[in-house]
Amino acid sequence: MVPVATFRHITIGQYIPGESLLHRLDPRTKILVTLLLVVGLFFIDTYLGYGLAALYIALAIFRSGIPPRFLFRGLRPVIIIILLTFMLNSFMTEGEILWQWGFLTLTKEGLSKGGMLAIRLILLIVGTSILTLTTSPLALTDGLESLLRPGKRIGIPAHELAMMMTIALRFIPTLLEETEKIMKAQMARGADFESGNLLQRARSLLPLLVPLFVSAFRRADELAVAMEARCYRGGEGRTKLKQLAFHTADFLVLAGSGCFVLWLALTM
Amino acid sequence: MSIEIRGLTHTYNPGTPLARTAIKDINLTIEDGETLAIIGHTGSGKSTLVQHLNGLLKPTSGTIKVDGVDINQKGVDLRSIRWKVGLVFQYPEHQLFEETVWDDVAFGPRNMGLSDEEVRSRVERALAAVDIDMALAERSPFELSGGEKRRVAIAGVLAMEPSVLVLDEPTAGLDPRGRQDMLGQIQRLQAERHLTVVFVSHNMAEVATLADRLVVMERGEIVMEGPPKTIFAQGDKLGAIGLGVPEMTALMAKLREKGWDVPDSVLTVEEAEEAIMAVLRREARVGTGGDL
Ligand SMILES: Nc1ncnc2c1ncn2[C@@H]1O[C@H](COP(=O)(O)OP(=O)(O)OP(=O)(O)O)[C@@H](O)[C@H]1O
Ligand SMILES: [Mg+2]
Repeated sequence: MVPVATFRHITIGQYIPGESLLHRLDPRTKILVTLLLVVGLFFIDTYLGYGLAALYIALAIFRSGIPPRFLFRGLRPVIIIILLTFMLNSFMTEGEILWQWGFLTLTKEGLSKGGMLAIRLILLIVGTSILTLTTSPLALTDGLESLLRPGKRIGIPAHELAMMMTIALRFIPTLLEETEKIMKAQMARGADFESGNLLQRARSLLPLLVPLFVSAFRRADELAVAMEARCYRGGEGRTKLKQLAFHTADFLVLAGSGCFVLWLALTM
Repeated sequence: MSIEIRGLTHTYNPGTPLARTAIKDINLTIEDGETLAIIGHTGSGKSTLVQHLNGLLKPTSGTIKVDGVDINQKGVDLRSIRWKVGLVFQYPEHQLFEETVWDDVAFGPRNMGLSDEEVRSRVERALAAVDIDMALAERSPFELSGGEKRRVAIAGVLAMEPSVLVLDEPTAGLDPRGRQDMLGQIQRLQAERHLTVVFVSHNMAEVATLADRLVVMERGEIVMEGPPKTIFAQGDKLGAIGLGVPEMTALMAKLREKGWDVPDSVLTVEEAEEAIMAVLRREARVGTGGDL
């Protein structure tokens, strides 16, 4: 049952409907602030700076009404990567030796650097999860399309990119659901996805992957037909039912967060 | 083989904002050799319930005993439970993957570690049971018609020769002829192999002809349970939860409204014919036919 259960923990790209301030913000505001935060995090190099950034993210989580437990569950799949980053940096950096065993040397500088990188990763993942957790995929792509539109003149296909993203996001849960279902169906016939050596395991994935691809292609086909049947011909001349609009809250959040993150990035 | 379900509750995504209790406090005993049908509105928890029967889903609380063994106990080999309780999913044709029909049906028996000889005879028996011609065995399963794919997928479960066969909407999306064939095959299997059959269905006529006992689910709970005749005699109660009765039962209810003296336990066309003929004969004897 292990592989089936793990899909439930993927929170990246998941949306939880709500009425909080964060939910109501214009998607463009949230995308811009998230982008700024992601870039800003790479410029911070003091623990105080990370502390302040964490405080800022904690405030956002609090205002979003999303249970923190749920957010941190999203970290579970990447915990190995975070630990590995921490270990590699702690042991591979030269400096004041704290502890030594064989070829392993733990240094003070390494510990500090490893810790910082781990915190940066955690903040990056949690920060971006807030965006997707509080913004419906539709709003998200609407926002992206609108932000990318000026780039059209230099050849960025804003509408097509947004449409591709909408479709991809829309089908992630469907494909996960499908994966789970096929996996269960094969397990009912005694399939074993967990034991055996690497080759055996790769082989044991065939009963899962073949039906999954068949169904993905079938779905793609059906979607294309359905879109054509409704006269979809690309972005030219398309209008929107829901127009994006900035409100006072958006300006306040943009200005406040912008200044704060810039200050963090430049001084900390 | 009997299955005993006690206090079974299942919550999807527990502990998250998406938590959803799909079934609550289900108590049900499936007797050895019976044919049990589960009916209920879409989303009432039928599929969730049947996926517990072979341990694919773990109960949030409650127990499931197959042949007296609690299948979620530590140390129970779930794979061996799955040989005993064969589960055919909704739209099972979506799980086909092998290059040939033969290999696909052989997937289960091979996983059981049987000899080539035994696998061969089981595949042959399974394909025969669902009326798939041996000439199709070397074809790709993806080249078959929808109905044939469905039957091959069911053969894939039958080939494990389970003692309990669980089918989730086996006739969904089939044409009337395909439905009839499928039901005939299930009935035949049940009689020949002394199988215990549990099936989920939305088709009342099909349930009426096939099942010994019905379980009606509504919002994750069992609201009615009993032989088809007793359940379908309570058309109003079924109507209240959005379910119907077989056409013939409905027809008899209409006739009774008009004053005909026909029973409320009629399920099939044959029984309906008999009931109507009985009334007509009585009328003829009394000599006041015509005016009804
Ligand atoms: N994998 C899942 N994750 C979360 N919720 C689920 C999952 N599967 C089912 N549910 C929910 O549990 C409830 C019961 O679903 P279930 O599939 O058991 O219904 P059903 O009676 O089989 O319906 P149908 O007749 O449409 O097949 C539904 O509300 C459904 O949304
Ligand atoms: Mg179902």
